Amino acid sequence: MTTTQPPGGLPEVEIDPAALRQLADARMNIELDTGDMILNLGPQHPATHGTLRLVVRLDGERVIAADPIIGYMHRGYEKLAEYRTYPQITTLINRIDWLSSFANEVPFIHAAERLMEIEAPPRAEYIRTILTELSRIATFLLFLGEMGLQVGAITPAFYGFRDREYVLNLIEAVTGGRFHPNFNRIGGLKDDLPWGFIAECRTVMAKVMESCDEFEDLVVGNPIFQQRTRSIGIIPAALGASYGVSGSNLRASGVDWDLRRDGPPYLVYGDLDWKVWTHPDGDSFSRYWVRLQETRESARMILQMLDALPAGPVMAKVPRIIKVPEGEAFVNTENPLGEMAYYVVSKGATGPFRVKIRSASFSNVSILPWLLRGCYVPDVVTILASLYFILGDIDR
Amino acid sequence: MSAALAVDVGWGTTTAIKTLVVLGVVPLTALLLGYIFLLKMMSHMQSRLGPMDPGGFHGWYQLIGDGIKFLQKEDIMPAEADRKVFALAPAIVVMSTFLVFVVIPAGPRMVVRDLDVGVFYALAVSSLSVIGVLMAGWASSNKYALIGALRAAAQLIAYELPLVLAVVGVVIQTGTMSLQGIVRFQQDGAIFGFSGIGLPLILTQFVGFAIFMVAAQAELTQPPFDMPVAESELVSGYMVEYTGFRFLFFFIGEFGTAFAFSALAATLFLGGWSIPGVDGTAADVLGPIVLVVKVLFVAFLMFWARFTYPRFREDQLQALAWKWLIPIALANILVTGVLKVAF
Amino acid sequence: MSEATAEAPTWSETGSDSLARLDAELGDAIVDRAAMAGDPVVRVAPDAWRRAAIACKEVVGCDYLSFVSAVDWMPAPIIGDEGSGDTSTPAQPREQTVGLAGGSTRFQLLACVESTRSPFRRVILKCDVDDAMRAESWVAVYPGADWHERETWEMFGIAFDGHPSLRHLYLPAEFEGNPLRKDFPLLAREVKPWPGLVDVEGMPGGADDEEAAE
Repeated sequence: MTTTQPPGGLPEVEIDPAALRQLADARMNIELDTGDMILNLGPQHPATHGTLRLVVRLDGERVIAADPIIGYMHRGYEKLAEYRTYPQITTLINRIDWLSSFANEVPFIHAAERLMEIEAPPRAEYIRTILTELSRIATFLLFLGEMGLQVGAITPAFYGFRDREYVLNLIEAVTGGRFHPNFNRIGGLKDDLPWGFIAECRTVMAKVMESCDEFEDLVVGNPIFQQRTRSIGIIPAALGASYGVSGSNLRASGVDWDLRRDGPPYLVYGDLDWKVWTHPDGDSFSRYWVRLQETRESARMILQMLDALPAGPVMAKVPRIIKVPEGEAFVNTENPLGEMAYYVVSKGATGPFRVKIRSASFSNVSILPWLLRGCYVPDVVTILASLYFILGDIDR
Repeated sequence: MSAALAVDVGWGTTTAIKTLVVLGVVPLTALLLGYIFLLKMMSHMQSRLGPMDPGGFHGWYQLIGDGIKFLQKEDIMPAEADRKVFALAPAIVVMSTFLVFVVIPAGPRMVVRDLDVGVFYALAVSSLSVIGVLMAGWASSNKYALIGALRAAAQLIAYELPLVLAVVGVVIQTGTMSLQGIVRFQQDGAIFGFSGIGLPLILTQFVGFAIFMVAAQAELTQPPFDMPVAESELVSGYMVEYTGFRFLFFFIGEFGTAFAFSALAATLFLGGWSIPGVDGTAADVLGPIVLVVKVLFVAFLMFWARFTYPRFREDQLQALAWKWLIPIALANILVTGVLKVAF
Repeated sequence: MSEATAEAPTWSETGSDSLARLDAELGDAIVDRAAMAGDPVVRVAPDAWRRAAIACKEVVGCDYLSFVSAVDWMPAPIIGDEGSGDTSTPAQPREQTVGLAGGSTRFQLLACVESTRSPFRRVILKCDVDDAMRAESWVAVYPGADWHERETWEMFGIAFDGHPSLRHLYLPAEFEGNPLRKDFPLLAREVKPWPGLVDVEGMPGGADDEEAAE
């Protein structure tokens, strides 16, 4: 089971030669190669956002080939999910993308609710959307700051963290947890909004808009930043889609696709008046720019939702012991990092039979062997920063 | 300096005193710059406070405490490092810093040695640190250190040229390479007959000043030119294997050289220790204070740029030096020469 | 939504359209079909796995790969004591079952592709994998399947013909076994049994004491 060749050798198949060239480039057997320098970025390295190991073969400062090695944070969630009940799994999947943890729970809860044919009350759906957008703002503010840091400007990172604190305080006020809220329940939410939340949220959204303007001045307008990020790491739209790159990364390549608007309707995005931002270039700069605009858009969406929040219960009538009927459900949502999906197979027990977790960063990082060929070492850091992956999301 | 002392103590004692003063002044200046700009100014610009506890008042003791901490650390050397070269590299970097301080005047009679080729000497000696950087990178037997050292070598050599060319304009205008002479020129000069503020050369050599500041930033491997020490990629570049007092040497070298270059800029372009109209004993006393104030102003500009800009990529950095700074500096020399002869 | 054919499966408009195109392209290769929230779930014959991918990409217009994975339909072995009243591990089926669109083998490949153009299309593909544990690779059609197939290989043991380099993705190179198979034990439960429902004592000075006092 440890061979690198499939047993029996490679059979004759018809493969498109262009694809084959691309695959041959992506294929690496690094340990046998000599001559050029092999540099190991990580697993402990400031540029790799966590325990990602990137083995690059360098010729001077140019990357000839790159091979990401993941799995340092693999926690076996899919196996664990087979031995847990549905409420217990909610606690687990919070920790997949830990910067926007509320958003991870939503597709799973929706899958379970669909199988049980329960609908959460409208107020619960609104609050879920508000919290999802708040976690989107929180994670994007961090991105806006730390991409500046990766490119060399130390200061934006502090501004990003500072402004993110306001949003995390809001999430903590509602759910009790800054990072791992564990607030969704099958059928609704654990609790209602606290008193004074709506007014505080409006104030914070105004601060978020100001902060976005600050980032636009400090980072986007900076000529050195533009020089470091324009035309670096261009992902062609069709190739990106076939690799599974999703979210802001794909929208920055000009693909006008957002699951909140285009996919099967979920949460309350259909009731809101909002815009999908794309950028035609597909380079690192456009990925930064798209996320900046999406942060502003999320703030506007939250203001609309605060105005339109319906009254009512936050939890539907749900049996005490949750047994989900037999069936299969597939729900995907537009998470901050990209498309996150859960394929839940249920056999009528209190826990699922099989859960397939499709996480966005897994596919976003799989394009790295193709993307990093021919770029400079500093550009590797820029590209890694602009793709914005979270290790928990890659490794699950 | 022997003239400043009332008693003639002979050459040996004078030299000893001068050596001790320089040895004491350099770490002190590194400390001063490090505390004011790195710890406090950077913190406030990033909406945080910086150290507040050590020493009670706004953490003034922080760097001294850091220095003592470094001194008592274990001396770790990588197993495969080249021991002699590894140990010698920080010494060379710091040595070049000390050597620059030899010609910087702090008063009309307060200079270790006022060489006739002061400017030439200062620039030549400051480029010795490249050797130290290369030695550090190679001897560390670490790929990251090697990449950092090679980047540093390319960068430091590339930016020597704009640095020197920017200063040539000053030399043409003043007619002397001695730093004291340049300060005197600025003190005694006049702007169209108005001699109230002398003639700080920044007014006529503003292009030279700008190029000098950019090139000095690159010589110090500070952002936006800190590719050799790119923290988010190479994690300290050529210094990555250095700990303890060897790292302290690099630190003193970095901030001491920052002070030295700021002092050079203040002397060449802002008038150094001089205030027009103040001479004699008053200048002896006020000179160093005035110099430090001007140095702090120049350093403020340097560090402000450091905290604001992202870093250039190596090839963009080289393009900036060769395609932009050198031609502009050459043009500056041409114009200065023409105007000097014409007027 | 069950796999029993009690009710006729209903597809949405685009779902029906996608299904019609697949029918036209693949014909007999489609062994079974079902509907899941309006989207087609299509089970294809094992030798048509790559043809199905090409059909989805070119004929139906699904240019976006969501994931490629597998399902192990064997029931999990029972852990812990049967009659102890331990309700912490969810009760699972006792015999091998099948899911939507049927199936006849223990392992089934599962994949989902979507379309980034409007109207939004989604096709979920399934395929039986027999005991030889080999399947065709999708890498030539969707390059992103590279990593998904590596993960499926190391987690289930299904080898993919045509994959450029099938090696471990998450697990160390010397790892033995396929973790996501049902007969691979979840080690934590073997090493240390779950304590089950624990009787939680009330806080001192709280409601319990007051009730006892009355």
